[in-house]
Amino acid sequence: MNIHEYQAKHLFQHYGIPVPVGQWAHSAEQIRAAAENLGGASWVVKAQVHAGGRGKAGGVKLAKTADELVAYGRAMLGTRLVTAQTDAVGLPVHSVLVEKTYPIKRELYLSLLLDRASERLVFIASAAGGMDIETVAHDTPEQLISVKIHPAAGLQGHQCRKLAYALGLHGSQHKALAAIMQGLYDLFLAKDASQIEINPLIETDSGELIALDAKINFDDNALGLHPDILALKDPAQEDDKENEAQQFGLNYITLDGTIGCMVNGAGLAMATMDLVKLKGGAPANFLDVGGGTDVEKVCEAFKLILSDGKVKAVLVNIFGGIVKCDVIAEGILAAIQQVHVSVPVVVRLEGTNVEQGRALLSNTGLNLYAAEDLAHAAEQAVALATQ
Amino acid sequence: MSILIDKDTQVICQGFTGKQGTFHSQQALDYGTQLVGGVTPERGGETHLGLPVFNTVAEAVTTTGASASVIYVPPFYAADAILEAVDAGIQLIVCITEGIPILQMLRVKAAMAGTGALLVGPNCPGVITPGACKIGIMPGKIHQPGCIGIVSRSGTLTYESVHQTTAQGLGQSTCVGIGGDPVHGMNFVDVLRRFQADEQTQGIVMVGEIGGGEEEDAADYIKAHVTKPVVAYIAGQTAPAGKRMGHAGAIVTGGKGTAAGKIAALRAAGIEVVASPTDIGVAMKGAFLRE
Repeated sequence: MNIHEYQAKHLFQHYGIPVPVGQWAHSAEQIRAAAENLGGASWVVKAQVHAGGRGKAGGVKLAKTADELVAYGRAMLGTRLVTAQTDAVGLPVHSVLVEKTYPIKRELYLSLLLDRASERLVFIASAAGGMDIETVAHDTPEQLISVKIHPAAGLQGHQCRKLAYALGLHGSQHKALAAIMQGLYDLFLAKDASQIEINPLIETDSGELIALDAKINFDDNALGLHPDILALKDPAQEDDKENEAQQFGLNYITLDGTIGCMVNGAGLAMATMDLVKLKGGAPANFLDVGGGTDVEKVCEAFKLILSDGKVKAVLVNIFGGIVKCDVIAEGILAAIQQVHVSVPVVVRLEGTNVEQGRALLSNTGLNLYAAEDLAHAAEQAVALATQ
Repeated sequence: MSILIDKDTQVICQGFTGKQGTFHSQQALDYGTQLVGGVTPERGGETHLGLPVFNTVAEAVTTTGASASVIYVPPFYAADAILEAVDAGIQLIVCITEGIPILQMLRVKAAMAGTGALLVGPNCPGVITPGACKIGIMPGKIHQPGCIGIVSRSGTLTYESVHQTTAQGLGQSTCVGIGGDPVHGMNFVDVLRRFQADEQTQGIVMVGEIGGGEEEDAADYIKAHVTKPVVAYIAGQTAPAGKRMGHAGAIVTGGKGTAAGKIAALRAAGIEVVASPTDIGVAMKGAFLRE
């Protein structure tokens, strides 16, 4: 799960990580009030959306007067921001963050995330902050420094020193960096984060270290342990259908093709998408109804797929293991009758009681095709979608 | 012989009296698995499915002599259950549970280091040696004793591979679902090493997916150490970057862990990678005919 920058910065403050003085705003009036409260001679206004690349997309603006600030903020609120990381529709801007500005000497990078290969949390730092870190990793990997943390030992002083020296920090900055790293580590563990990124971490002219940006992702598996984090969720930043699917325990991801896919199991669902592509079509979605699915889930899945106007055909691929194919077939028939399916539906069933399942789906008078095997099912779905 | 488990493997079930534990324990018993008891705290002394229930894994091990355990406890209790099994001296721990927080698995893995216990999963279908022992949620009926070792990160794609190798008349030696989580127990290399050393296993099907770098590690290992024919399939060629595809571990981040990268690494190591998931069985059969 993602949260907004202003929410992440609240969490940072709680863990002793310095952030710019700022105020969250929903309206032009609140933006003006923020400028007055914060004081100073310039401010920055930042669109609050769950995507990076805001600066280049016009979602971050520097203003020298309150009028200018309000004008920038007003132009952002109520619009959708399209960045390099969003789709063409972009994400809605419902609020902005107004912050004081700081004289920047250098921009650094600091993040904490899981390294799957070593099964450790790893801090990654770079003196090349403010840039896309993936570009840095690709072009100049020597500019990235990392330390891995053993879960039993926790973060050690020498690890903080290693990064401080590598970043060219001096004197009291070493302590400041160590405090930021410890704060990030404590926050990560306490709230089951999956990634925290500060880009940039600025060094001001007076030598202070401040997290100018803040990005936190949380482990979806652990949200049940953290109601305070779950409360920060902003469904407006996510796909409507993906939100709806979550409520029914379905794994759904919107794609841009024309063939709706309904599959049991994540691996088989990915494989089905790949097969559709291989046969010349394009999947409209990823949908995993669960390894051991039931009639109700199949029904909800159908509704979800058909709510996408782009869908020209539906491909159902179920490997009935513990769940019997005839039960699934009955569920499909019930769903088709209940939700008035107008596009052709190709069904591939395999596994327990497959003969009974196929028999139920044949000769129903409905726009339904019981396929012999998976390859044919995909071919048939692609052919029907392009008719 | 098979790998990891055989007809003599004695198994206990943690979370025995719950809905999942009960259903799948009955299925295992019907299949012929030597399930010798189960564990549910506060239910010790009862009988469930005709088998003894114990309060602790240690008690179950002392009384039954079991060497393997299957875990069906809910996600927030599963890390504790795994480590209880380790402490009790269980050698093979199969954790079916999906949804364990990643940080809990990091601690579990660090705590298991040096104990010698083997963990399969979590978020996996389990392990089966057809005709001998079934530990997990896979449908027993589709399997057939034979010569193909199957290792996969996905449950339903394991069933798909089983179905196809059965249809080709090859059957399976052992099938291992290593699970869809980013931090998990045995990996591809751990299983491949055992398949290479196993006499019954004549060919290997490896099913990977997007995310992480274990398929790339497997490619290096196979090139250096595996002489048996290997057929691989990688799911998620059309998956968008940055999205979790059902499995917690199936995500492309920072351009890493793509299907294209994995397929290229496997092919560079001389491994046959099928483009379609429907060609796994045919390709395996073809590899034997060429030999």
